[in-house]
Amino acid sequence: MSVVAFAKNWNGKFKNSSYELVSYTKELANQMQTNLVIVSIGKITEEELNKLSQYGADRIISVNDARMNVLTSRVYAEVIAQIAKKESAELVVMTDNNSGKAIAPRVAVKLKAGMVAAVQELPVSIKPFVVKKQMFSGKTFGYVQINSAIRVLTLAKNCFGLVENPVECNIDISHPEVNTGLFKIQIISEEEQKNKVILTDADCVVSAGRGMRSPDNWRPVEELAEVLGAATACSRPVSDEGWRSHEEHVGQTGKVIAPNLYIAAGISGAIQHVAGISRSKCIVAINTDPEAPIFSVADYGIIGDVMDVLPRLTEAFRKSKS
Amino acid sequence: MKILVCISNVPDTTTKVKFKEDNTLLDDSGIQWIINPWDELALTRALELKEDAGNSVNEVCVINVGGSLTEATLRKALAIGADKAIRIDACPSDAYHVAGQIAEYLKENVYDLIFSGIESSDYNGSSVGAMLAEFMNYSGISSVTNVNLDDDIVVSRAIPGGKQMIKTETPFVAIVQKGIAKEPRIPSMRGIMMARKKPLEVIPAAELPVLTQTVKFELPQAKGTCKMIDPEHVEQLVELLKNEAKVL
Ligand SMILES: Cc1cc2nc3c(=O)[nH]c(=O)nc-3n(C[C@H](O)[C@H](O)[C@H](O)COP(=O)(O)OP(=O)(O)OC[C@H]3O[C@@H](n4cnc5c(N)ncnc54)[C@H](O)[C@@H]3O)c2cc1C
Repeated sequence: MSVVAFAKNWNGKFKNSSYELVSYTKELANQMQTNLVIVSIGKITEEELNKLSQYGADRIISVNDARMNVLTSRVYAEVIAQIAKKESAELVVMTDNNSGKAIAPRVAVKLKAGMVAAVQELPVSIKPFVVKKQMFSGKTFGYVQINSAIRVLTLAKNCFGLVENPVECNIDISHPEVNTGLFKIQIISEEEQKNKVILTDADCVVSAGRGMRSPDNWRPVEELAEVLGAATACSRPVSDEGWRSHEEHVGQTGKVIAPNLYIAAGISGAIQHVAGISRSKCIVAINTDPEAPIFSVADYGIIGDVMDVLPRLTEAFRKSKS
Repeated sequence: MKILVCISNVPDTTTKVKFKEDNTLLDDSGIQWIINPWDELALTRALELKEDAGNSVNEVCVINVGGSLTEATLRKALAIGADKAIRIDACPSDAYHVAGQIAEYLKENVYDLIFSGIESSDYNGSSVGAMLAEFMNYSGISSVTNVNLDDDIVVSRAIPGGKQMIKTETPFVAIVQKGIAKEPRIPSMRGIMMARKKPLEVIPAAELPVLTQTVKFELPQAKGTCKMIDPEHVEQLVELLKNEAKVL
């Protein structure tokens, strides 16, 4: 029996979400009194793999196959399911990011496993297996019981946190047989903005809404984000109007994020907006309207004009840094 | 070419959700049901593809796994412009079950392109599309923001901090998110009249296991009060974020 966790890497490097996954699954394996097996796919150095041992990974299976450097959900699901079977996994876990969303359901079908997406904490019970998750876009929690012998979970980012737990680590290199017909997706182009803070990974997010009044007014938002090393985000009307790119849209129909700090400038706090940000650790709202619903979900509020408050804040953060 | 759009029937996004029977069941009294927002965008894109004469799309069908209550939502999809609707008569209790039911239908009825939304706004499972692709052994492309059916089939997808274009072949499942269509279409008066005559076929459910069940709901605790900061003294906020909230 075992818990199998797939720790994704990005061009051979792990991120905090990978360490969080290891921290979570280590604790879970202990709770279930079983072993943890971490799976890594694609080219990666031993040194990088060893970083996972800081968080309790004592056994890693590395599928160090250059053909798998580009993530194809079909291939990855095949590899993970094969390993899960070989290791008699009772539970397979991966991070709830774009790739986890694409791979985990496939693994669940291959293993005839019940699956729950975006869990935030350890199961409330193991027998029966019950996990808690947000439902109705954050309006409620639900407790989901998984009745199958094998289960698949994805772990919401930035909820469980990192737990240091240094151990000795064994790394096995594995070369599973994969049907080469599955490698058939053809990427014809890729654009990526380098050096940009990725919104879904960011610890800190500065977000702005229709209260900015014009796309020409975004400089103070960007300046505050620069000082904080934050990603920028926006409300839906802002991206619908084309003031900012769709990539920045957070909320029920956009991205769901959980940064440590979310600063909402000129955002009213409609229920659909809050659905995307309610898991933030700390919310700061800046709004001229003291009745704006955003203040009922915020931890700190400033009543004032964004064009006036944002530059002051930037200045205050800059001062505190120096 | 035939397109199938998976439709989830969900409470309107502004619904205040309530529960009954000791918080074990959703209280559906007074709920306004809608097409899941992403599915509505997917349907819109499917119709645009059909209307573009250069494409050979000759059918857009919508499919839902659900009880008879969901027929109003399917009728709305017909009114927006779908050619026909299928309802598989089963309780949509978990993603595995829903995807399995749709796969059973697809095995008998061939479609070239299947659209599914990135998630359903009720149980937020985000797995039906990828499970369906796996049941069918099809390619599945996630985070899809555009589908073009010109000489080649080219799909755009969002990747962190950028965008990727992929060439693919049918059949495949496109798991779509925002951007796939600009705005959802709303039914016209004529569309609503025509929808009454369009086929809505009800088919019995296949025998499939239900692997997960929601046993209880819990409403989140109300958040504590919001501390107000004087806009003339924002340095206090910096201080609080550092020493009280400890997020800096
Ligand atoms: C199906 C559906 C899905 C949706 N999904 C999303 C979603 O994913 N994300 C999302 O964001 N929205 C979503 N919405 C839209 C949502 O209902 C709101 O309309 C939207 O969030 C409002 O955006 P806003 O706060 O920027 O604008 P507004 O509601 O117009 O608010 C602007 C705020 O700025 C304040 N303001 C104005 N001027 C200033 C100033 N000078 N200084 C400071 N404050 C100022 C105002 O007091 C106001 O509170 C959805 C709606 C539907 C129906």
